[in-house]
Amino acid sequence: MNDFLTTLNYNSWILPVLLLLPLAGAAAVLLHGRLAAAGTPEQAEGARHQLRRMVLAIFAIEALLSLGLWWSVDTTSSTWQAYFSRAWIPMWGMRISLGVDGIAEMLILLTTLMMPLAVLGGWTSVKEKLHTYFALLLVLTTGMLGVFMSLDLMLFFVMWELMLVPMYMIIGIWGGQRRLYASLKFFIYTMLGSMPMLVAILFIGVKTGDSFGRPSFSYDWILAHGSFAAHTQLWLFAAFFIAFAVKVPMWPFHTWLPDAHVEAPTAGSVILAAIMLKMGTFGFLRFAIPLFPGVAAYPPVRFAILTLAVIGIVYGALVAMVQPDFKKLVAYSSVSHMGFVILGIFAMSVQSVQGALIVNLAHGVSTGALFLLVGMIYERRHSRLIEDYGGIAKVMPVFATILTIVSLSSIGVPGTNGFVGEFLVLIGSFRTQPIFALIAATAVIFAAAYLLWALQRIIYNPLTKPENKILPDLNWREVGLLLPLLFAIIWLGVYPGPVLDKTRDAAARFVHRVETSSLDLSVGANVEIR
Amino acid sequence: MMLQEPVVTGHPLADTVAQYVWLLPVLPLIGFLLNGALSMKAAAKLGPNDPSAADHGHHGSASAGVHDADHDDAHISHDDHPVVRHKYAGLVSLIGPGVLLLSFGLAVAIFFAMRSVDMAQPYVDTLFRWMPVSDMKINVALQLDPLSMVMVLVITGIGTLIHIFSVGYMQDDPGYPRYFAYLNLFVFFMLLLVLGANYPVMFVGWEGVGLCSYLLIGFWFSDKANADAGKKAFIVNRIGDFGFLIAMFLLFANTGALDFAGIAANIDKLPVGGAVVTAICLFFFLGCTGKSAQIPLYIWLPDAMAGPTPVSALIHAATMVTAGVYLIARSSLLFSLAPVASLTVALVGGLTALFAATIGLKQWDIKKVLAYSTVSQLGYMFVGVGVGAYTAGVFHLVTHAFFKALLFLGSGSVIFAMHAAYHATHNHADDAQDMRNMGGLKKHMPVTWVLMWIATLAIAGIPVFSGFVSKDAILGAVFERAQGSTLANASLLGIPGSTLLYAVYAFGLAAALLTAIYMTRMMLYTFHGPNRTGADAESHLHEAPWIMTGPLVVLGLLSAVGGWLNLPEFLPLGPTGVFDKWLEPVVGASTARIAAGGGALAGSTEQALIGTAVAIAVAGIAFAFVRLKPAALVPKKDSPPSFGFAKVLENKYYVDEAYDKAIVQPVVNGSKYILWKGVDVGIIDGLFVNGSALLARALGWIGSQLQSGQIGTYAWVLVLGVIALLGAFVRVH
Repeated sequence: MNDFLTTLNYNSWILPVLLLLPLAGAAAVLLHGRLAAAGTPEQAEGARHQLRRMVLAIFAIEALLSLGLWWSVDTTSSTWQAYFSRAWIPMWGMRISLGVDGIAEMLILLTTLMMPLAVLGGWTSVKEKLHTYFALLLVLTTGMLGVFMSLDLMLFFVMWELMLVPMYMIIGIWGGQRRLYASLKFFIYTMLGSMPMLVAILFIGVKTGDSFGRPSFSYDWILAHGSFAAHTQLWLFAAFFIAFAVKVPMWPFHTWLPDAHVEAPTAGSVILAAIMLKMGTFGFLRFAIPLFPGVAAYPPVRFAILTLAVIGIVYGALVAMVQPDFKKLVAYSSVSHMGFVILGIFAMSVQSVQGALIVNLAHGVSTGALFLLVGMIYERRHSRLIEDYGGIAKVMPVFATILTIVSLSSIGVPGTNGFVGEFLVLIGSFRTQPIFALIAATAVIFAAAYLLWALQRIIYNPLTKPENKILPDLNWREVGLLLPLLFAIIWLGVYPGPVLDKTRDAAARFVHRVETSSLDLSVGANVEIR
Repeated sequence: MMLQEPVVTGHPLADTVAQYVWLLPVLPLIGFLLNGALSMKAAAKLGPNDPSAADHGHHGSASAGVHDADHDDAHISHDDHPVVRHKYAGLVSLIGPGVLLLSFGLAVAIFFAMRSVDMAQPYVDTLFRWMPVSDMKINVALQLDPLSMVMVLVITGIGTLIHIFSVGYMQDDPGYPRYFAYLNLFVFFMLLLVLGANYPVMFVGWEGVGLCSYLLIGFWFSDKANADAGKKAFIVNRIGDFGFLIAMFLLFANTGALDFAGIAANIDKLPVGGAVVTAICLFFFLGCTGKSAQIPLYIWLPDAMAGPTPVSALIHAATMVTAGVYLIARSSLLFSLAPVASLTVALVGGLTALFAATIGLKQWDIKKVLAYSTVSQLGYMFVGVGVGAYTAGVFHLVTHAFFKALLFLGSGSVIFAMHAAYHATHNHADDAQDMRNMGGLKKHMPVTWVLMWIATLAIAGIPVFSGFVSKDAILGAVFERAQGSTLANASLLGIPGSTLLYAVYAFGLAAALLTAIYMTRMMLYTFHGPNRTGADAESHLHEAPWIMTGPLVVLGLLSAVGGWLNLPEFLPLGPTGVFDKWLEPVVGASTARIAAGGGALAGSTEQALIGTAVAIAVAGIAFAFVRLKPAALVPKKDSPPSFGFAKVLENKYYVDEAYDKAIVQPVVNGSKYILWKGVDVGIIDGLFVNGSALLARALGWIGSQLQSGQIGTYAWVLVLGVIALLGAFVRVH
């Protein structure tokens, strides 16, 4: 396979193509909107159907193209893979620099593979302003992929903001009853988070320019030549931290998430949970920590972040337990799961960091699937309230079976993806931070409590409500789009070796970099960042 | 299979039938997949392409496929329509028990292969790598040794019998394939649990059996009580699983290994009696209290009786609940290094044995009696493995699997008959499991009656039935350790070990007395005295078909003569100590380490102990015969409420209520009112977020002056802007 890709020169063009294809697709979608002027209702329906298939095709091509990364990326190499670099705004030291390592590769694949499923998930539920909706989804995809690929801090920031706006609009236009409140909250939270990051990026760029006084935003250059006083490092780290902590989201910056999830349409929830929540932890792994390893290794900082992570794990699980709204329940469970990722990253052992990466993927798959499933019953019953259901395993056995499997993976039952991630995070963290790991491990109890309780009230118990007795089971489209996720749940749970191999070297380098750093806060100390 | 590393070369089992050990769990897994597929195929009726049309009433016919089968513990639906067999019943009846039978056959073949070779070293088959991260190499690997072989034979052997019994018991259930799918899956996980060559693989089985238990307890999920019971079982077990996890973390952090061989090789890193090894063992034991229903986590097991009765026999008596005993026997090396932990195990086991037996005295539901009896008998097993008598503990596990499976299946036959009788007489009101509604069944079910008496004599400890041999070995070992051993020299909470062990011995004897009483009570109320079903129903009572009675006969035979597997020296009716010798390579060294400093019991002491135990068992049975008057019982609906201590026992000491008030309610209410409504909605959102929102609204007013409000335009501008930005690609310098 790799030989074939080499003959195509795959690595030299794949990253920019992955970025540009969705943008071109967005333009095509809007063009379609102009050309396919609606006539009769039948014609309009036909045009919508044509559009859906077109968009699905674009995402499918994107996914197929990206699959080559699995073979073409040499994850053992310490240099960037599929590297691509062109001048952008030379005067300001900005370049279009793209490249991946094993960590980014897995997240890119998660993105490209989840997107077609998200589109399929909203296949029939989104009926209004379809062109705009799809155009926004496509632009969003570029933004998300760009975040994972950028090797230029300014480019990274542009991509970061690029994914914010479409999601804001998706929630605000196609959302539920309180969509305006939710979208505004989402926007303010993430904007306020990213403003300090922009300042920090500008500061770093200007300070690490070349000898002609030109700023440089090149990630590699800054990694090699950046040099800041210890206190400055603390401030810069804090600026990145706010932006990323909001995105993760870490407690107590999480309250935008339940509202955004509840109000977002199915595809929006799926993308938020499966992909966008990974941006924060990816930001820590790629930027905040490698740029300022001394800060990350500095015990008080580490202690504070680990504390927030563990609070998030337990708090998220407890609050999830008492939610009357199933979407909110899943949203709070995300707070808990993402706490595991932060715990794993900041516990800084090879096992815990690798575990954090698996939790990222596992959460993407499982929570993505959960939101798809919620969307499916919402479409039938127009309610997200758990108490409106009960006993529907009788009428929807296929739905009930799949919901059970996905819930079990979210609970972290061994044999599923959820277990591998949590186990590695906990066993790795226990080596370096036993107390934190011990407290975090109690979440295995609470997770079982909140999901099984919800499961019982939705699919088990007597089937009493007449509205529920006529619910049709899943259709072929829905089963078909869930099957790949079920496959991923079992595969990552039973045979995660190949995925662990992919992230092994990147994780080891990451841990090594932090382990060999320290922060000297004595006055006048000027620590090289490396 | 994918072989990452060659199978241990040079092991005498390498080229025998043992190389197919992976087939043992894979066969039931195949059964699960096939039965699951049949179940889905029969149940699935996929919906229309646009599901949002559902609420317009186009699909009212979907409810036609709904069975209204709200059973308690019944294979027969309460409605008076003729039952329709599941359309795949024949195929499922072939696959379900079939894969078990194949697995059992393979197990027997491997057993004979093992008998002819030297098993000083375990045979480890590494199938594929599972979680390889840096210095942590966790493989999916299976281990064959005498201990895992014993468990495999019990699981597949008893499992086959119970699968066959289920064919009759569940024949008319609309969820027939689903039932066998779950049951097969259970056996898969149970085999993984006992065959795993490292703790993580064992944990897969450990949680997997809990999952199947959850699914099977809530098998008739349309009844809220059943769904509640399943959920309770899972969550309580998770508390124990938390302990198992922490024990693994401690092991890995301190020895760098998680596989049994690696831990044994690094055992020097754990100082004898040190805090670390003690903590590891106590956390493992927390896991045991969950899975094996010991104080304080036993509360789920009685509720688990909500599942179909064959499930109670297989999972909640013979196999899964004994996993904790297996775990300790498997970890005997660790426990023998931690006398304090071992003492704790013995003490908790003794207390549980006695405590559960008292509750068993006053239960009316026939399955609840057996459930508390199981908790109590598991207590005995923990006493055994706690005092380092690993072979005695595991042997009681085996004999208990015989007689308790028999008791549960026998009670299943009784319930089956009661249901059939109630069904025939259109009685929907009475409880088919309440002994007050039974009585005089021996006339109608003579085979079941005889077989259940055999099991009763076995569990009561009447010589030479199987239970006598195994229980006596445990009690003897406790007394022996109390007289002198590393446990006797240790102390727990300031109390000397030997005092504690004498107390545990006393608990064991007291529990034996109560066991004899409550079991005889159960037999008297169920089978003896006048019939209380009512004349109509009585004429419909009859013995179950042979597909159900057949397995009972086999279990009756095993319950009677199972003791021959490990005859004690004083009972030379055949070769003695066979079972002890079989397990010697696995647990011999650990037993010796714990027993160090003591000697075997003097002959006269031993005779006195045996005499006491037998006298107590006989006294218990006699007491029940003299004091209990089945003739005085009235059916449940006419029974007066009990009062005083009897009421406390009937309500199980109100432990569930206390847990609910002390733990469940505070956690739920605290999460709801303090964390969610207080911290999240009140402080974070109310104070911080909405504060910023006010600010933003002020800024937004300014911004709104610049906006047109046309979403389409926004999107266009956005796309074009991005294209322009990235379009800088083409600029060549």
